[in-house]
Amino acid sequence: MGAIKGKTKKEVLEALEQEAKQVLATINEMKNPKVKIPLRTLTNVYFDAKEKMIKLGDKTGARAFYNVNQAKKFMQTMLVAAQIKSLILQNSPTLDTRQLFYLLRGTMPHSDEDKFDDQDESDAIIEDVEVIIDALREELGLIAVPKGVIAGPLIVEDTVSGDIIDYTKMGAAGGAVPASVEPENFKFKKCTADYILVVEKYAVWNLLNQQRYWEKNNCILMTGKGQPARAERRLVARFEKELKIPIYVFCDMDVYGYYIYSVYKQGSINLAFFSEKAAAPSARYIGFNVDDYERFKLPKTARIKMAEDDMKRIKEVKAYDWFKSKEWQAELDKLAKFGYTIESDSLVAKSIDFTAKTYLPEKIKKKEWLD
Amino acid sequence: MSEELRAISVAEFFEKNRHLLGFDNPIRALLTSVKEAVDNSLDACESAKVLPEVLVQIKKISETRFRVIVEDNGPGLGRKDAPGAFAQLLYGSKFQIFGGKQSRGQQGIGISAAVLYSQLTTGLPARVITKQKGKPALVLELKIDVKTNTPTIVSESTIDWKKEHGTRVELEMEAKYVERKASVVEYIRETAIVNPHATITFIDPEGQKTQFKAIAEKLPKEPEFIKPHPHGIELGLLLRMLKETSARTINSFLITEFDKVGSGTSEEILKIAGLDPKIGPKFLTTEQADKLMKAMHGAKVMSPTTSCLVPIGDALLQKSLTEEFDLEFSHAVTRTPSVYRGMPFLIEVAIGYGSKELPQDQTVKIFRFANRVPLLYQQGACALTEAITAVDWKSYGLQQSGDNIPVGPAIIIVHMASVWAPFTSESKEAIAHYDEITKEAKLALQECGRALQLYVGKKQRKQLAEKKADMFKLYSIELAEAIAALTGAKQDEVEKKLVKLTDEMLKLGAIEEAGEKEAEEEKKPKRKLGAFKGEED
Repeated sequence: MGAIKGKTKKEVLEALEQEAKQVLATINEMKNPKVKIPLRTLTNVYFDAKEKMIKLGDKTGARAFYNVNQAKKFMQTMLVAAQIKSLILQNSPTLDTRQLFYLLRGTMPHSDEDKFDDQDESDAIIEDVEVIIDALREELGLIAVPKGVIAGPLIVEDTVSGDIIDYTKMGAAGGAVPASVEPENFKFKKCTADYILVVEKYAVWNLLNQQRYWEKNNCILMTGKGQPARAERRLVARFEKELKIPIYVFCDMDVYGYYIYSVYKQGSINLAFFSEKAAAPSARYIGFNVDDYERFKLPKTARIKMAEDDMKRIKEVKAYDWFKSKEWQAELDKLAKFGYTIESDSLVAKSIDFTAKTYLPEKIKKKEWLD
Repeated sequence: MSEELRAISVAEFFEKNRHLLGFDNPIRALLTSVKEAVDNSLDACESAKVLPEVLVQIKKISETRFRVIVEDNGPGLGRKDAPGAFAQLLYGSKFQIFGGKQSRGQQGIGISAAVLYSQLTTGLPARVITKQKGKPALVLELKIDVKTNTPTIVSESTIDWKKEHGTRVELEMEAKYVERKASVVEYIRETAIVNPHATITFIDPEGQKTQFKAIAEKLPKEPEFIKPHPHGIELGLLLRMLKETSARTINSFLITEFDKVGSGTSEEILKIAGLDPKIGPKFLTTEQADKLMKAMHGAKVMSPTTSCLVPIGDALLQKSLTEEFDLEFSHAVTRTPSVYRGMPFLIEVAIGYGSKELPQDQTVKIFRFANRVPLLYQQGACALTEAITAVDWKSYGLQQSGDNIPVGPAIIIVHMASVWAPFTSESKEAIAHYDEITKEAKLALQECGRALQLYVGKKQRKQLAEKKADMFKLYSIELAEAIAALTGAKQDEVEKKLVKLTDEMLKLGAIEEAGEKEAEEEKKPKRKLGAFKGEED
């Protein structure tokens, strides 16, 4: 199983040092030291139609030390870089960004000015460092809090502890997605699944797990509990690249569900620089969609009237480049015309077994997905 | 009008108009008494060409009774003039002459009013010592006979007085002593600033002595007397002049009694008025006089003679203000004379900035003067204040909200010198609104403002540069530590280089102010679009 190319700790250290050396060299030349930072603004985000993901453009900004408005940020950038280096050298356990904030906190000498006023300041600088050296937060030894759960025929080695984790033996709770799913510490040992099923809602996942859907259908069953965190997205991307099996996403039939699917598939605007490592362009939308309502004869009680905000959001989503395919434009139009949302939870109204025994197997078998 | 009737009217006038004349409450009565006495002393010294040395002392008799002593080194008064000068209201020639010159006297009703107030509230006479050069010092105790408005000499003697010449007046009165704004201390201080040729010593009720030393060695030039200008004449005055003139024809009346009127101008005025130049002035009817006045107002007449005005002078005013407030910066402007309604006037403005006495966060101190006399009341009603608030001080380095008095560590002095200052009321504390006066004051204020702006701008830039240098030095310490940790370089060496580089960048002015576009600048809209149903960063 080939891993997506990520930066090793050694490479991260080298990149950090290189940036600092460049700064030091400029200081030695008696010039204004600067760091180049790829712009993470909307103007620098685009949809790469060929690779089918949201990407960061190549516009960069320069952050200079001898600039009245940038001096502190410049200093903070170097402080964060130095702190990350120190953590890597100490072989520190991965830390949350809030924990890093506490490590960085403090007042400057002979002054009452804080190095960082709040976590928002250090979080923004962490993202800057990620793009400056083109490494992920996880590669820097930092995490975002994960929330995903998995069950299915997958065996993974936690390389830090040496633990072997078998996701078929996780009981009703399933196995948690760890904060860092980088190949360095979360190594796929064995996977016999035929496909990955990502469901939006934990309640849906929980029911399917109890019905042992993953066993009966030989798949990996995962949820990101709504909008996925970084780790779930990264993991799905690794599934795609390393396991090379189909990925199906099952969400609520509303504009928000559609968007969650797109985040797994094409990445997000916020973390456009993360897409290459965390998007799974082959992911397919298995449901629920507007045509299914008639086809599977769902009771009217499964429907919820859409609000004005939902209609507005449909228009916005329709305008995104990654929703510009004929099928998706048609689906969004149908949804707007239908005027109701159908939550994936509501399928129990048809019958408790409906999702596991009828809906999903049939959709997958008949290849009725949206791409 | 009988003698008796006139006397009663003067006493009644004072009784009924105490509030208008500055004796409306015990605090103000004390101040007005000091003011009348000091004005008298300064005028006396100047007319005798003596650099004034004035002593003011307030002695406390009880909580509600004080003794006011004002002593000068003026020429002194003779036995004949002294009683009338102190104990007769409206005494003197001032009120009989048409036309005028710049003088303090216009400001008040005179020292006799203070004597009368003293007499009315305590029943005691005024004690006056006066000595002319080479003569013995006279000691007079004087009262005013309120029925006849004539002086009564209660006692009379001579003493040995160490002074070569001078006058000392002592008045006891119902009064209240305060030290806040519009107080005796404040009045004396302000008076000293605009009379830099005078030395004024003040001894307060506690015996505390404060001296304001003269900084000018010369007396100001004596203002010249000028005849009324045709454009400023009012009917009442014109009627009195017509009655009292010795001119035989209306034509010679105009030429001899008015400023800037020659035969040509006279001819023009009389033509407009439709009057025969040969009419005797005394035979003009009120109706004709009114026509004459309107013609005088409308005729083309040269601007009035301005030799009647004596400014303090920008250099002296600036020096005086700077020394009194120990200022960081000051600037003064003396405008050339201008005219309102036929009256010549000139405006002087001084501005001071930065002093221990001038707080950063309060409205600027404003000192207003008319003919070298401080105006302590009715600041808000004064045209000089209006001129100050009409200036946009924000562009001159002070804070200001709307048309309010600006805020900042500054003091603004506005002095109006005129033959006749147009007060809003008899209490003579505020200058009335005339466009010409406001305009002149504004121009002088703006000129001072520009000088202030240059100074404040320079100071702010310097402070900003220092703040900047401190900021970079502070950040350099942390930056050096981080760079050292990342590269393995020696921290103290990196720090030294950064200190050197900071100095160099500051010296070259190479520090970027706003900067090339930075990664952070456009972050906001992105959040709006992406922050959606709990999307994680």
